[in-house]
Formats: sequence, C-alpha cells, structure tokens
Amino acid sequence: MGETKVKKMLFILSKGTIENAYAAFVMANGARMEGIDAEIFFTFFGLEAVQKKKLEHLHVATVGNPAMHIPTMLGGLPGMEAFATKMMKKEMEKLDMPPVGEFLEILSDSGCKLWGCKLAVDMFHLEREDFIDELDGIITIGDFYSRADQEGTHLLFI
Amino acid sequence: MKKMIAQREIDVNEEGYLLDFSQWNREVGQELAAEKNITLTDRHWEVIDYLQDKHHKEEALSIRGIKKSGVINVKEFYSLFPGGPLKVSTLIAGIPKPKSCI
Repeated sequence: MGETKVKKMLFILSKGTIENAYAAFVMANGARMEGIDAEIFFTFFGLEAVQKKKLEHLHVATVGNPAMHIPTMLGGLPGMEAFATKMMKKEMEKLDMPPVGEFLEILSDSGCKLWGCKLAVDMFHLEREDFIDELDGIITIGDFYSRADQEGTHLLFI
Repeated sequence: MKKMIAQREIDVNEEGYLLDFSQWNREVGQELAAEKNITLTDRHWEVIDYLQDKHHKEEALSIRGIKKSGVINVKEFYSLFPGGPLKVSTLIAGIPKPKSCI
C-alpha cells in the first residue's frame, strides 16, 4: 500500500445517536493511528457526545432506521431503544471498542482536537462546565474551517 | 522480500514488517527505528518488550490495550512513536502490523 495523500481529517458530528458518534470516533482514531491529523466539531445533537451527563447515555435509533429490521411501530415501544443500545454495546465490548467517555480520552490523548459549536451551545443554553474537560474549546464554524490549514485536508459531515 | 538490516539478511513484507520474528534482535530494532528517525530510549524498549510479549501470547494489540497496559499512556505512546504509533512500534518490534480498526 502506498503513502496516503490524506494529511488531515476534519469531522463534523451533528447527530446524537451512538452509531454516528462511533462512526466519527472510529474514523478520527483510525486517522491518528495512521499518522493523519484529526479534529471533531460537535454541533447540534452531536453535542450530546461531549456532555458529561449525557455521553454515556447515547442511544441507537430504532425508529426510522430500516437497517434495524424492527417494524417502526415496535421500534417506538418504551424501552426498545435502550434494549437495542444495550445489545449493541455488548457487541462493541466484544470487539474491545471503548465506551464513549473512554474513547474521547483516547482521542484527546492521541492529539485529536475536540471542538464544540458555538451556535449550538448557545441554542441549547449550555455552559463550558457541561462539557468534558477534554473539549479543546467552543468555536464557530468559521474557526473550524480555518483548521483546514494544510494540503490534503478533508472535511466530513456525519 | 529480503532486506539488509544490521548486516543481516531479513525477510520482510512489502510494508517492511518482519515475516519471521526469530530474525529480530535489538540491533535490527535499532536500525528499523533509525529508518523512522527514532532513537530508541529505555522507554521505547519497555514498550517494545510489552508489544512483543502481547504478540507471543497471541493477544490482539489495540490503542485501548495500550491505555490499559500500565506500561505507557496514550499520550506518551504517540510522542515516542510519531506517525502512527502502533504501526511504527510494531514494525520496530519485528511483529506483524495490527489488523484491528481500533
């Protein structure tokens, strides 16, 4: 395999479901493990993944998700999301995938920058202390674009 | 393919990973590290010992495993082996590149 042309990956995580959070985390961690820079911008419901009180309670969506193969009516029953999430977390643990909080620690220690979106933070009336210590700051989308400061930077919306 | 490392002919794959751990010794490790512009310190050797030990026990390597290892933390691991720490450290240690996505 040849040398990659990708030098930096910028991710925007806009969703608060566990599968989307993990998609961002696995790709960002995978980048760092290959020597590629990585940063994640958490916006809208994606902010749930970096809020101290919420990050361990992300759920998989059982309604409106045809790949769950559960009839929509059943997916909406009380406890269904929690059950599906529990099953998924069990499978993840088998693969040695870290829980959300631990994954964020690994990402931060690996040099992956974690940013909160200022607009969404204001909209949800959140404060700095609602977020994990590893959050590198609360910035605007313009600030985030300026992080694309080198050749081979790619931006991905999740 | 064959590659001359530390005056020895060593079997490596196309990415430069050793195919036969018995051909590895500390001089080979040192030369592989030098190719990556890394000068091995005692800390590096502690990590290399850990990686080789895990490999011999056939336990999969992952960044989470490093975090739990008690040998080194993730931050230091990245600073000791820049440019993809597990990839670089396993190459120097003479063991296969980990296949895991995490």
